[in-house]
Amino acid sequence: MIGRKGKVLTAIVTGILAVSITGCGTAAPNSAQASGQKANSGPVSLTEAGSTFVQPLLTRQVAKYQEENPNVKISVQGGGSGFGIAQLQKQLLDFGASDAFMSDADLAKAQGGTILELPIALGSVTISYNVPGLPQHIKISPDTLADIYLGKISNWNDPKLAKDNPGVKFPNLAIVPVHRAEGSGTTSIFTHYLASVSPEWASKVGKGISVNWPNPTGKVIGEKGNPGVAGAVKNTTGAIGYIELAYALENNIPYAYMHNKAGKWVLPSLEGAAADAAAFTIPEDMRVNIVNAPGDAAYPISGFSWALVYQKQTDKAKGEALVNFLKWDFTKGQSLAPSLQYVPLPDNLTKREIDMLKTITYNGQPLLK
Amino acid sequence: MYTKRNLLNALMMGVFSLAAVIAVVPLFAVLGYVLKNGLTSLNLAFFTELPGMMGVGGGMANAIIGTLIVVALASVMGIPIGILAAIYLSEYDRRSWFSTLVRFTSDVLTGIPSIIVGIVVYAAIVVRTKHFSAFSGGVALAVIMIPSVIRATEEMLRLVPHTIREAGDALGIPKWRTILSIVLPTAAKGILTGALLAVARISGETAPLLFTALGNLYYAHSLNEPIATLPLNIYFYAISPYDQWHKQAWAGALVLVFIVIVLNVVARLAFRTRMGKN
Amino acid sequence: MKKKRPRASWGDRILRSASGLTAVLVVGIMIWLGWEMFVSSRQSLHQFGWAFLGGRVWDPVHRIFGALPFIYGTLVTSIVALVIAGPIGLGVAIFLSEMAPATVRSVVGFLVELLAAIPSVVLGLWGIFVLAPFLGKVVEPWLGRRLGFIPLFHGAPVGVDLLNGGLILAIMILPTIASISREVMTAVPTVQREAALALGATKWEMIRIGVLAYAKSGIIGSVILGLGRALGETMAVTMVIGNMPNISPSLFSTAYSMAAVIANEFTEATYGLYLSALMEVGLILFAITLLLNIFARLLVWSVARGPKGGHLV
Repeated sequence: MIGRKGKVLTAIVTGILAVSITGCGTAAPNSAQASGQKANSGPVSLTEAGSTFVQPLLTRQVAKYQEENPNVKISVQGGGSGFGIAQLQKQLLDFGASDAFMSDADLAKAQGGTILELPIALGSVTISYNVPGLPQHIKISPDTLADIYLGKISNWNDPKLAKDNPGVKFPNLAIVPVHRAEGSGTTSIFTHYLASVSPEWASKVGKGISVNWPNPTGKVIGEKGNPGVAGAVKNTTGAIGYIELAYALENNIPYAYMHNKAGKWVLPSLEGAAADAAAFTIPEDMRVNIVNAPGDAAYPISGFSWALVYQKQTDKAKGEALVNFLKWDFTKGQSLAPSLQYVPLPDNLTKREIDMLKTITYNGQPLLK
Repeated sequence: MYTKRNLLNALMMGVFSLAAVIAVVPLFAVLGYVLKNGLTSLNLAFFTELPGMMGVGGGMANAIIGTLIVVALASVMGIPIGILAAIYLSEYDRRSWFSTLVRFTSDVLTGIPSIIVGIVVYAAIVVRTKHFSAFSGGVALAVIMIPSVIRATEEMLRLVPHTIREAGDALGIPKWRTILSIVLPTAAKGILTGALLAVARISGETAPLLFTALGNLYYAHSLNEPIATLPLNIYFYAISPYDQWHKQAWAGALVLVFIVIVLNVVARLAFRTRMGKN
Repeated sequence: MKKKRPRASWGDRILRSASGLTAVLVVGIMIWLGWEMFVSSRQSLHQFGWAFLGGRVWDPVHRIFGALPFIYGTLVTSIVALVIAGPIGLGVAIFLSEMAPATVRSVVGFLVELLAAIPSVVLGLWGIFVLAPFLGKVVEPWLGRRLGFIPLFHGAPVGVDLLNGGLILAIMILPTIASISREVMTAVPTVQREAALALGATKWEMIRIGVLAYAKSGIIGSVILGLGRALGETMAVTMVIGNMPNISPSLFSTAYSMAAVIANEFTEATYGLYLSALMEVGLILFAITLLLNIFARLLVWSVARGPKGGHLV
């Protein structure tokens, strides 16, 4: 029973114990080294999280930037705008991204002082759907869209849909509205839009990064991130969801014409989102909603995504890497935007942003050279 | 009457056998799909490349290594603690109210949802150290594995005949040496089995890593950085719309299941040879 | 009690106190988990009191939080899982402990344990891409046609719903129920079986009278342990349940579970009350699983208590 070959195993068990002790020993120096007050010659790792609206573009920008600056590794994590805001408030990220600007209350809770909000991308939110037999772009009026998300329209064969789409044969199929399960800037853009076109939505549900979604049909699905909503729409027959344009294009998910304020049917496009942004003056602090813009070309559901950055950086190497990357992103990096149907940020805006970058400091010294 | 009883007997025997058949159906259904979709998606790049741009492809090299690191870290903390606690329960304090409490707490701890451990570790470590990290992920997994290590180890230590300890006594060997160089080695195989099963269990844990390890597009350079892990990658890739990512999720699932099953098989083989002697 | 040792050496003192310390640590971890959950949910406890448990609205915009939809979704999926996995798990346990020849027993036993080893995120992946379409296109339309008059099977079939969540959980807890009730049955003294057989019982009668009756409380304990596991499962459920706070009698409705809402919203909460409300959901989950586990372990213990002071299976 005792097993004489136990000697080998003695070695194993003592081995485990030994490894564990030395392991604990080595862990400590590693962690000390990591807090990284080192000279800026070494590699720098930055962690970004938040907006999934901007994630397709940002991951490409970061990959491109890394080709030019192999020492700077920027890990883009997504997670939703709420994640970006909440975790940046606690100083757990090097920078965040959100497509809903932070409220004054949110800013007041930031533990690291002033947060600058710098537009990093301009894009459109599509209303995407998965209904067999429908064309690539049907027309959905603002009322209909609100009624779908209010649960008052629950089947694709509803006369209201047919009325806007003469000649299109809608199947008898339950509508499965998909929304974001977590705090989301895309949700903020979408609910700001619905609140602006539907008084009922404005009073019953409201607007924000997460809302209390109506669900009288029992079919509404919540998913995490733009990818989650796009995935659910793609996998679920009868689904409808709001996702950033790049997700719809890259995954061949059909999306709808929207009816803009000027009374025109429009598809999301570079021109449309550019027109939206042009219709508004962007204030000093960059915080602006641009949904339901006037103008014939305007696409009604679009918005900015902001990089959220502490004005006072606590790590020189990281701070330098961050401002340099952002400067590159606002200028050269924007050339990647059109290929994914994001609008390159207008020059007058990026000039102002670079001025803001210059106010970012470490130990009182500006970081941008 | 007699035939009716026999009929019922036959019926029930049939029902139980059927239950056994039904129980293994989901195993094959799941493993079948993981194998089918995993094998067609698996390629060299999956093991050697970083994830890169969204929805495009690349591989999960950093997540595979990340999982190994986080699990190793958890094992390095959890296994010694578990073994030591079991030594206490089995060798120093078998039947006091305190040891009963510890034993009971440990068993109950097994049933606490892993996500709870995740949020508590987030609040205690991530928020305090001001960053998501491999380290915090390792701590969360260690907490989850400790109870199973304790239980397996204590059961094995109890199987060691008392005469061995008495022989040590009689020879005047100090108790600690008896424990470390006689009792523990005797039970080593069983303890190893228990430890391997605990490692297998935490290898697939996802929920506690959401708020601790976070994820990383690159290799983590230190334990203080966020780190990519297979389970989290599988989750995010699975819910995405990208076909390329779905493929990678299946490939990741295959690798993860392979790791877990190998650990299980090795653990059980080690145990079998030991128990085979009984 | 053994004879007194000559004197405790330094080595002994060190090993004794080091191992004792780790034992204290185990209890400490439990207290730590409970305390941290409690402290973090105080704001919400104070604000909503008991009404939190019965609140049907979860509205971060208007700062109203109620946990009922999450409790409901958690309970319904877990009950579905129990209804399916309970009888099957019990059947497997009886098959393994009373019927199967040694080789079959070790093979089937191993397969069931392997099922337990499949990571939940892999089950979730399978749930999204295999089970959901199968339910939505085959099972649910069929159930709807045949049994649609029962509210349980009412509504359009989608496949991402309570039923999917329940089925995935059933797969997860089946091994728990099977292996623990098997251990309990194995612990039933052979005399029990022999006595029944000596009275002329058939095998089934022997199992019923000799084994099941004797092991009853332990079996119930195993089922409750399975329930505990189902209640706290996070990833697989969040991937297939639809993540929508909802109280609907239909299994074809989307819903939300306590663990899933924590997974999705915990890191997003930008103000204290929101975070605190999520923590309170966690606290409820913690309390329920804690009580269930204590109860179940005691039940299992009453049958399959090992050598004195042994583990509670």
